[in-house]
Amino acid sequence: MTLDTVKSALIDANQVQPYRELGLRDDEYARIKSILGRRPTSSELAMYSVMWSEHCSYKSSKVHLRQFGEKQPKTDALLVGIGENAGVVDVGEGYAVTFKIESHNHPSFVEPYQGAATGVGGIVRDILTMGARPIAIMDPLRFGPADASDTKRVLPGVVAGIGGYGNCLGLPNIGGEVVFDETYSGNPLINALCVGVMRHEDIKLAKASGVGNLVVLFGAKTGGDGIGGVSVLASESFDSAKPSKRPSVQVGDPFAEKVLIECCLEIFAEDLVIGIQDLGGAGLSCATSELASAGTGGMHVVLDRVPLRDPSLAPEEILMSESQERMCAIVEPEKISRFLELCTRWDVTATVIGEVNDSARLTIEWENEIIVDVPPRTVAHEGPVYERPFAEPAGQKRLQANLPNSIARPRSPEELRMTLLDLISCPNLADKSWVTNQYDKYVQGNTVLAQPEDSGIVRIDEKTGLGVAISTDVNARWCLLDPYEGTRLALAEAYRNVATTGARPLAVTNCLNFGSPEDPAVMWQFERAVTGLADACLELGLPVTGGNVSFYNQTGDVAILPTPVVGVLGVIDDVAKRTAMAISTEGDELYLLGETREDFAGSEWAHIHGHLGGMPPRADLDHERRLANLLIEASTSQILSAAHDLSDGGLAIAVAEMSLRKRVGARITIDGDPFVALFSETPGRVVVVVSQWHRNEFLALAASHRIVTHHLGVTGGSALVVADNFEIQLSELADAHQGTFPRLFAGTR
Amino acid sequence: MARFIVEVMLKPEILDPQGAAIAAALPRLGFAGLTSVRQGKRFEIEIEGPATAEKIAEIESAAELLLANLVIENFVVRVDE
Repeated sequence: MTLDTVKSALIDANQVQPYRELGLRDDEYARIKSILGRRPTSSELAMYSVMWSEHCSYKSSKVHLRQFGEKQPKTDALLVGIGENAGVVDVGEGYAVTFKIESHNHPSFVEPYQGAATGVGGIVRDILTMGARPIAIMDPLRFGPADASDTKRVLPGVVAGIGGYGNCLGLPNIGGEVVFDETYSGNPLINALCVGVMRHEDIKLAKASGVGNLVVLFGAKTGGDGIGGVSVLASESFDSAKPSKRPSVQVGDPFAEKVLIECCLEIFAEDLVIGIQDLGGAGLSCATSELASAGTGGMHVVLDRVPLRDPSLAPEEILMSESQERMCAIVEPEKISRFLELCTRWDVTATVIGEVNDSARLTIEWENEIIVDVPPRTVAHEGPVYERPFAEPAGQKRLQANLPNSIARPRSPEELRMTLLDLISCPNLADKSWVTNQYDKYVQGNTVLAQPEDSGIVRIDEKTGLGVAISTDVNARWCLLDPYEGTRLALAEAYRNVATTGARPLAVTNCLNFGSPEDPAVMWQFERAVTGLADACLELGLPVTGGNVSFYNQTGDVAILPTPVVGVLGVIDDVAKRTAMAISTEGDELYLLGETREDFAGSEWAHIHGHLGGMPPRADLDHERRLANLLIEASTSQILSAAHDLSDGGLAIAVAEMSLRKRVGARITIDGDPFVALFSETPGRVVVVVSQWHRNEFLALAASHRIVTHHLGVTGGSALVVADNFEIQLSELADAHQGTFPRLFAGTR
Repeated sequence: MARFIVEVMLKPEILDPQGAAIAAALPRLGFAGLTSVRQGKRFEIEIEGPATAEKIAEIESAAELLLANLVIENFVVRVDE
């Protein structure tokens, strides 16, 4: 193939270009031509196509995501907001924390191990890029039915990939979710969250400022990994008839990443960079254009200098390659020798590939010819923006009217007992140790709480005990029934989970997984979900610090359940005062906080009976705020022995989980309809355990926060006893709870 | 009795971190001039009876199903004479 240069683009102006195959529309191609005043070269076309893809440009979501900025509550905590690699919040004592979730759904379906592993690698680099040391990861996962044969292929590979990469990096995996639903069959959701910590003054931004400063590419060599991965793979759903579109899979090397992390942190400590960007989706195209666009505005890159793993790569491929474990830094000329010295010390390949200038153009040369000459903002920040049509799906009202009343409800004590066993052993509620035992939860010695606790907590300062808590949540079935309310409920739950462990919620991130934005029904779900989240964040006073949108999650015409995963980060002044979920002593008092109503629409009970319909409960955020304040205050004053949020499966599941943790039973008394009392999923409820000595103090505190309390019973014994109804030995509950995952997945690897 | 050798290698364009680590270690041990290392897997499979075309096809489908991950690996089957 002959080299397509800017010169030849002018001479051979009418050459037919495969822009449609690269995912560009006619009008987008026309716009590129009008920006450049000529046809793009093939390298420019590659850059625009990948940067203007849904995955990189957020072209369908941008108009809605603006709400996160417009509705942002007043807060002093936010140090860096949306738009950078990850948001940064102030957690006190001079520390700043950055956290973010990203999706790696499509690559993980193609090659579960490497897809999930590189998902972890990518989010860790995003956090590193902000100047922070990554300290923990979490993985919210969604799969098809647990007994489906493809789930047996995908889940074990994904779990091993997350464990393999994260464990090699020495990062504790402190939580996440594993949820099964039919709609994820051909499209699992592999979301990865990373949190990192730094001092305020160490925050780094992705910008290329200062004429004459050098552009350095460092880390792994560039190979043919995931070429077209972003524009083709992440933006078009799978079509088994088109195997030719399968790109080469990216393979991660966690040891290379570990070295890169340490190398970067030393470089940051000596203040050797002006700006930095990791190479993720769209590789060099993305890093160079984003750095140039956010900085002085001009950059020249000599592409021949990029160290290659595969010397046969064409310049277009080098620009598109998604080889892992690479970073791009802007370094002042007087600091370059020290920069390169540190890279050598860590055995990290580092190459000066270009220079910042004031030309307002990003120019790239190859074999002494200019092959790219573009205004960088048009590539990175001024991509197309679509106002996609959205409309409530035709069947939405019918879906909401289809109440779960047709399912026969358990009435007799024996039926209620069986319902508890059915729920606690169903894949969505079963013990996830089979998954989480493959992750290192305690490496680095700062993990305070990890799965299955309500939120994961890591200590960030050994002297003061300062720590951060994180929880991710969403009941996607509620989001299908009412995406606005469902997303508010997701925030409410993550918020409550953080508070339940004693941490004060501070900031929000999200990973919005949806079907095709070209479908008005999906776009309606998306618009409702974003509006719901933005409104709820404003009401709770929490800023959204960033997030990720993953569209085209569907198999054929069937979209996944709308799955806006919401992550809440909280701060805890002294991790020694956190509250865990386990009932650990006999003779303590159990209280239920919050009112119980009949809420079975979208519940796990309805799900195991194959029903999905009705209206989800409404999130009462004023109540949530008061409840959180109560929990945080009670935790800080050390008057709670344990606390656990009620979610899927309701009260019975929550108490059973609390009892199973340390095998201390409980005897509870319930009022009204026992089925509703035990299994309803009304939000805004928490079970707490209080010793007799703290009981009066606690009740007074609850009253002062206007939180309704119901005395449930006392802890003790080796069974869960529901007075006047049934009792189950903890050993029987444990067998049901813990047997599911090994039965489904043992031997699949 | 016949014996088959199945060799599984990462596809040439796929990164091989183990091979790269070995390639980096060799010069440190004094082996100079080695430019690249790729690491793979070798399976030796024995069957009763002769290596018929049918048996070879069977081994090939076993390799496709279990021994190799065709998304990132290639394999070759040969009869060990």
